[in-house]
Amino acid sequence: MNAGVVARLSGLRHRYGERLAADGVDLEIPAGCMVGFIGPDGVGKSTWLGLIAGARRIQQGRVEVLDGDMASRRHREAVCPRIAYMPQGLGKNLYPTLSVFENIDFFGRLFGQSRAERERRISELLASTGLTAFAGRPAQKLSGGMKQKLGLCCALIHDPDLLILDEPTTGVDPLSRRQFWELIARIRAGRPGMSVLVATAYMEEAEQYDWLVAVDSGRVLATGTPAELRARTGSETLEAAFLALLPPVRRRGHHALTIPPLEAGEVVIDARGLQMRFGDFIAVDDVSLQVRRGEIFGFLGSNGCGKSTTMKMLTGLLKPTHGEARLLGQVLDARNLDTRRRVGYMSQSFSLYAELTVRGNLALHAQLFDLPPVDAAARIDELVQRFDLGPVLDALPDTLPLGIRQRLQLAVAVLHRPDVLILDEPTSGVDPVARDGFWELIIDLSRQDGVTIFITTHFMNEAQRCDRISLMHAGRILDSDAPAALVARHDASSLEDAFIRCLEAAGAEAPLAEATPAAASTAPVPTASAARIARFSLARLLSFSAREALELRRDPVRLTLALLGSVVLLLVMGYGISLDVENLRYAVLDQDQSIASHDYTLRIAGSRYFSEQPALHSHDELDTRMRHGELAMAVEIPPNFGRDLARGTPTQVSVWLDGSMPTRAEIARSYVTGMHAQTLAEGLLLSSGNASQAPASIEMRYRYNPDMRSIVAMVPAVMPLMLVFIPAMLTALGVVREKELGSILNVYTTPVTKLEFLLGKQLPYIGLSMLSFALMFLIAIGLFQVPFKGSLLTLVGGALLYVTATTSLGILASTMTSSQIAAIAGTAIGTLLPAIQFSGLLDPVSSLQGAGAAIGAVYPTAHFLIISSGTFSKALGLTDLTGSFLPLLLTPPLLTLVSALLLRKQGR
Amino acid sequence: MPRRLSLRHIGQLGFKEFRSLSGDMAMMFLVVFMFTGSVYSESTAKPESLNRATIAVVDEDRSQLSTRIIAALHPPQFIDPQYVDLAEMDRGMDAGRHTFVLDIPPNFERDVLAGRAPALQLNVDATRLSQAQTGTGYVQNIVGNEVQAFVQRSQDSVAAPLELVSRSAFNPNLQASWFTAITAIINNVTMLGILLTGAALIREREHGTLEHLLVMPVTPLEIMLSKIWSMGVVVVLASSLSLQVMVKGLLGISVVGSATLFGFSTLLYLFAAASIGIYMGTLARSMPQFGLMSILVLLPLEILSGATTPRESMPEQIQYLMSFAPTTHYVALAQSILFRGAGLSVVWPQLLMVAAIGAVFFALALRRLRRTIGAMQS
Repeated sequence: MNAGVVARLSGLRHRYGERLAADGVDLEIPAGCMVGFIGPDGVGKSTWLGLIAGARRIQQGRVEVLDGDMASRRHREAVCPRIAYMPQGLGKNLYPTLSVFENIDFFGRLFGQSRAERERRISELLASTGLTAFAGRPAQKLSGGMKQKLGLCCALIHDPDLLILDEPTTGVDPLSRRQFWELIARIRAGRPGMSVLVATAYMEEAEQYDWLVAVDSGRVLATGTPAELRARTGSETLEAAFLALLPPVRRRGHHALTIPPLEAGEVVIDARGLQMRFGDFIAVDDVSLQVRRGEIFGFLGSNGCGKSTTMKMLTGLLKPTHGEARLLGQVLDARNLDTRRRVGYMSQSFSLYAELTVRGNLALHAQLFDLPPVDAAARIDELVQRFDLGPVLDALPDTLPLGIRQRLQLAVAVLHRPDVLILDEPTSGVDPVARDGFWELIIDLSRQDGVTIFITTHFMNEAQRCDRISLMHAGRILDSDAPAALVARHDASSLEDAFIRCLEAAGAEAPLAEATPAAASTAPVPTASAARIARFSLARLLSFSAREALELRRDPVRLTLALLGSVVLLLVMGYGISLDVENLRYAVLDQDQSIASHDYTLRIAGSRYFSEQPALHSHDELDTRMRHGELAMAVEIPPNFGRDLARGTPTQVSVWLDGSMPTRAEIARSYVTGMHAQTLAEGLLLSSGNASQAPASIEMRYRYNPDMRSIVAMVPAVMPLMLVFIPAMLTALGVVREKELGSILNVYTTPVTKLEFLLGKQLPYIGLSMLSFALMFLIAIGLFQVPFKGSLLTLVGGALLYVTATTSLGILASTMTSSQIAAIAGTAIGTLLPAIQFSGLLDPVSSLQGAGAAIGAVYPTAHFLIISSGTFSKALGLTDLTGSFLPLLLTPPLLTLVSALLLRKQGR
Repeated sequence: MPRRLSLRHIGQLGFKEFRSLSGDMAMMFLVVFMFTGSVYSESTAKPESLNRATIAVVDEDRSQLSTRIIAALHPPQFIDPQYVDLAEMDRGMDAGRHTFVLDIPPNFERDVLAGRAPALQLNVDATRLSQAQTGTGYVQNIVGNEVQAFVQRSQDSVAAPLELVSRSAFNPNLQASWFTAITAIINNVTMLGILLTGAALIREREHGTLEHLLVMPVTPLEIMLSKIWSMGVVVVLASSLSLQVMVKGLLGISVVGSATLFGFSTLLYLFAAASIGIYMGTLARSMPQFGLMSILVLLPLEILSGATTPRESMPEQIQYLMSFAPTTHYVALAQSILFRGAGLSVVWPQLLMVAAIGAVFFALALRRLRRTIGAMQS
């Protein structure tokens, strides 16, 4: 391969269902420069980058990166340390509860860096990104710009030769965006050999790149430097050049936007001194505004500066702590549902129902806004026409490109003809063509329908189109006026410039100029550490464990539930599950009322197993009381019982048992038969007294638990239950949650192996489960006074194997499912059913049959139950229990193997 | 302030839940499995009364009588006895191979015939409580009968004058599968009722669709009711089908009670279970927390509600504690209806309790949901 080419795609095809994300792509990407991928959403840019990064599996064609075939696992493993990949979405591959430092540290450990090396690198990276002051802050509390800088730090920790950034500045405010690119430029200056691939929707940013790839519908439209592209199409700006490159169909209806002037209408919203305070934190302070009918009012500012809160207060969705907002002279009440009818709202993230079609979403919202059915149908038709949703009416939102999804959201938001419309970053991540289409709709709503519109945006050309904009920072409005007036007042060349000056005047985030140049730090490439990547590394495994343990520590609720939960349940269940059948309610229907019959029934009454209820008087009563579940047993003594007995005439005592609980009935029957036999044996009733001395007796020896105390048997049996449900549930969400939230990408793009990932995640939970085992053991011998007779070492060893098996079970459930709900439900069924029913808790495994018996034979709980009750009650040691240890020894590796086979190391 | 409840909103939001559920294939599979495979395997795995209990015999007598006794210990109650010697006996019991070991002493037959009333020894592994209890009675009876018959034949004596006849009402053969099948259905109703609603609420919050509802003219009450009715319909349908097709059809169990009354009770119970689920959904901050919480709630509900072991044998404190769980009352009424054919006149107190407990949790959940949503607005 040429020295000058970092990646080469040939004949690349990639398909998601109907859609082609790569349609026969042939492309050579030059090394050592900054390459931009530009194009509308959903045309395949992200897929291409994912394929180059090795995060997605190649379907068809060839991808060569850094002189090797990315289809080969060996090559991927070899070059993985030289590639860094930052996926799309703000902080998607970060761990929200971990601090800035801990996030970077985790990535450093994955690449096998020593502690000293990591600390040196992290402090340099933090300094050069201006994050030093925030090293201890959890990632979830960072602003969007800071999250992206942190993502960059994580990507740069291992000195990559190829840096892949997928829309790194989408949703980031202008100042942070500028700082981000300055940072990249400095890093590139320090490492001139590094290639950078970027996908972006910001054309003004693409203007700065060395080389561009214009992409549409999975194909390359054109390549070249920005100047070449402009020259080729004869356009002034790159945006225009791109539009010119698009095939005519895709450009359909696109024309320069014209904004009719705003006719001065009445003041619709009048807000004075709005303040919003959450606890100690003042989110918005002292905002006063007047907005006219049909005005488009924009907010510019970094993420978390109070824009959304301000908009919600202005429209009455949120009640301000101080001040008031009036809509047409009326004070807005946040709790009033009629307020909601006057306001349309489109939130930052897509918040419609993914499971409903476009038509379904429109219809549902029409109903929720109580539009009369006839009106609703007409209104939906009108909006479908106006927003051009006709072709996608029966599609599911998730399958649509972002631009169309945003149009749908807007259609839903204006369905009920609101007076005021709130649009929170509606065009973030949307391509230029779709953005212009979207703005056309907004302008139309404002000028034609007189809807007052509040909008936030990070695009300067969009801010330019607003009638007025407010520049916000840290909860305050820095300045507010028409865009042109702002530029003039701040003596700036552009609106962006004006905004940045405004921010700098207000002392925003530390300017980057002061930071140490990154060049010195990243210059020496430690080739030795990067060259050899071990196939299995304990350090990488432990870095996952350390991170998981840290996350667990940050979630005290989960920790408490796990530890305290098992202890409380042991208490409740230890006392509660009683297999001693006692206090069975019974009553006597004595139709004889003789001394002999009293004598007979008194024997039952004297037993601790039975508790006598008021006597019965008729068969009907017997029926009714049994039907009510009041009696578990009824004893019927026939008339002339005493006389017959005295004469030696055969007679019968009848016992009625409530068969609805078979076990209980069975035990009751066995008690009463025993008693009957004893009565006969003692011959008390028989005046004739000749025959019935029992010819033999049975002497009972209850072993291991001579008093038949339920608790002695139950506690060792409940402990195995606790050690399957909770550990399995703890790990069950481990993998599937990373899948849902996106951090699974780190497994795809770092040198970590599947086994290291799975075992690393499992390890902390094994530790936690052993802790809970120790607690339960202490409670068993301390509080419950259950004697422990066997070998402690054997029990502990068995417990260790057992929790390893049960946590593996959770991991397996997690790799098998794709949603968290299914993982929870699957784990609940997969543990509760076999552990309670088939593992010998109630009936020994040997007496089960069918599928239950098969499950009982292999399910780990069955084996640990034997170890637990064996060591507790039977004074057994390791040698006596080998039969139960062997299966426990085999289960974890087997389960882990299956999980590893199910887990993919690349996305689709 | 809060406007009248809109039934149309509740209806529409509920239909949306159906679509959501039918989209999750893994979840659909689990629901189907819970009311078919799970019920079937559970009820067929359970032994019918005493079944295949492991027994060994130390026959030190080797007489005609001892052989007869041993021959009488046979399947299905016992697996064919294993002959062991005294030393093996301890090892076998320690390893859990035998639940019972019957030791027939030397000269047993001779002593019986001589009227010396000798004693057999029955060793019972008392850590296997339920089997130990039932099995002991069986062994006692079998040995007693054999010895009696043997003695009678040789002495030609008369039949015992007093006989004990036991009959089981509602379940003549004391078939355990009756019980376990119904228990399985009850447990699955509980699990789904709680998991589906609670997890659905958390998912909406994690995906941001709940926040979206806040700007719509929809009240928390409507959101809750829509989730409850839709999940209720799914579970009631599934459990009724399971009762008709699996339990009555495939397993051939004759259920005497009214299916309609059972369906209605299940609906009422689901109202309670779903309210608990939503309440937990408002307490938990994330899915992992909800998962753990659900185990901690489901386990006692399954084991201590009287569905697994009889309630009256539990300690009083536990009985008292569990009387606050709707499951306890539901189990009692389900057993009454399905086994004993009880009607409304019998089960109304339990129905009332289920409704009352459900209402309390519903109110709690509503309050928490209103508060959470209030906090989200900020």
